Amino acid sequence: MGEEVKLFRTWSSRFALRIVWALEIKGIEYEAVFEDLSNKSALLLQYNPVHKKVPILVHNGRPVAESFVILEYIDETWKQTPLLPEDPYERAMARFWAKFGDDKVLTSVWNVFIKQGKEQEEALVAATENLKFLEEEMKGKKFFGGDRIGYVDLALGFLANLISIFEEIIGLKIVDEEKFPSLYSWMQDFAEAPIIRGNWPPRDKMIVKFQSPS
Amino acid sequence: MADEIALLSTWPSMFGMRVRVALAEKGLKYEYREEDLRNKSPLLLLMNPVHKKIPVLIHNGKPISESMIIVEYIDEVWNHKSPLLPTDPFQRAQARFWADYVDKKLYDTAKKIIWSTKGEEQETGKKEFIECLKLLEGELGDDPYFGGENFGFVDVSLVTFSCWFHTFESYGNFSIETECPKLVAWTKRCLEKESVSSSLADPHKIHDFASGVRKRLGIE
Repeated sequence: MGEEVKLFRTWSSRFALRIVWALEIKGIEYEAVFEDLSNKSALLLQYNPVHKKVPILVHNGRPVAESFVILEYIDETWKQTPLLPEDPYERAMARFWAKFGDDKVLTSVWNVFIKQGKEQEEALVAATENLKFLEEEMKGKKFFGGDRIGYVDLALGFLANLISIFEEIIGLKIVDEEKFPSLYSWMQDFAEAPIIRGNWPPRDKMIVKFQSPS
Repeated sequence: MADEIALLSTWPSMFGMRVRVALAEKGLKYEYREEDLRNKSPLLLLMNPVHKKIPVLIHNGKPISESMIIVEYIDEVWNHKSPLLPTDPFQRAQARFWADYVDKKLYDTAKKIIWSTKGEEQETGKKEFIECLKLLEGELGDDPYFGGENFGFVDVSLVTFSCWFHTFESYGNFSIETECPKLVAWTKRCLEKESVSSSLADPHKIHDFASGVRKRLGIE
């Protein structure tokens, strides 16, 4: 039986982008189904009735939702180019940093972007605290996964792109090269890595998207 | 080499209880350390510098934080006994999805029932909480456990909320058993397991604890 892999995504969803990267890193052929979240398709609602969101991976007709759940499913189903390490402790650490990225880093960086004046200053302090932990974790490594891109890189990868877009729009440095040398060079290395580079959503479209009040 | 296992937690924490259930399922001996969250120990701050929260599992000196990440770690290391996750990748994905759902939705809605000061917020919390439980009840279906025939990962993620049910019911003025009878039957079934009954706190003690917090917050 041939494998049928579909990915429900939007052009800008950073969560769906994780799955695009994972599929391409593993060389898995798939069909991308682009959704308009203001007009969700019947299939999206059928495949993810609980959250009604993207990304959704549909493998031979069976849907998997939630990006971290999908990443683990992909890693367990297609064993080439593993994303997670083998050692259970290292795996737990990878899951921890991925969750930290979503729960804390994303929120704190977003706050720097949307707030003004004193609130923005405070948001920057909070974001800097969080980024310091990532800087520590990055030391001596090219990627969070070590020599090659892994689970944590895919989880945090949006930072490489979104932060530079936010910095451009608000004219404020969030990841300063001097303060965060390891993180800064990771952002460049990750953004330029072969598969990653080809999949960034168009920068001008992203700037328009984040500039317009929503 | 004998494994050295320690758990930093607080007795009312439903998250800490998840780890206790998992450790008990695997028949593991460990040192339990009760933390005072208003006076965190140097060990806690050292072992979880990022979040400074419990639970933290310390295995042979190495710390792991975030309750379901700890549960998965325990399942992977001590994989010879009582597996919590199934072997099939698609079923594992379903289990992770529902444990994630419990984490994302249940705690925040429940908080509104017992800690909110505005009546409207409490009503919203109650409605959402019941909706979440009904969805989970639907997912359980006619199986004895979320893990199917066997107690598993999703069961661990959810069962520890059950000792807080009496508190939610009391402050929210509703009956969970009336709304979700199958789910309550499931909690009773789980409590028949020694690993669960020995790990969950007494519901009345939880109620007293919550009452104390509410007094401190000035809402009781």
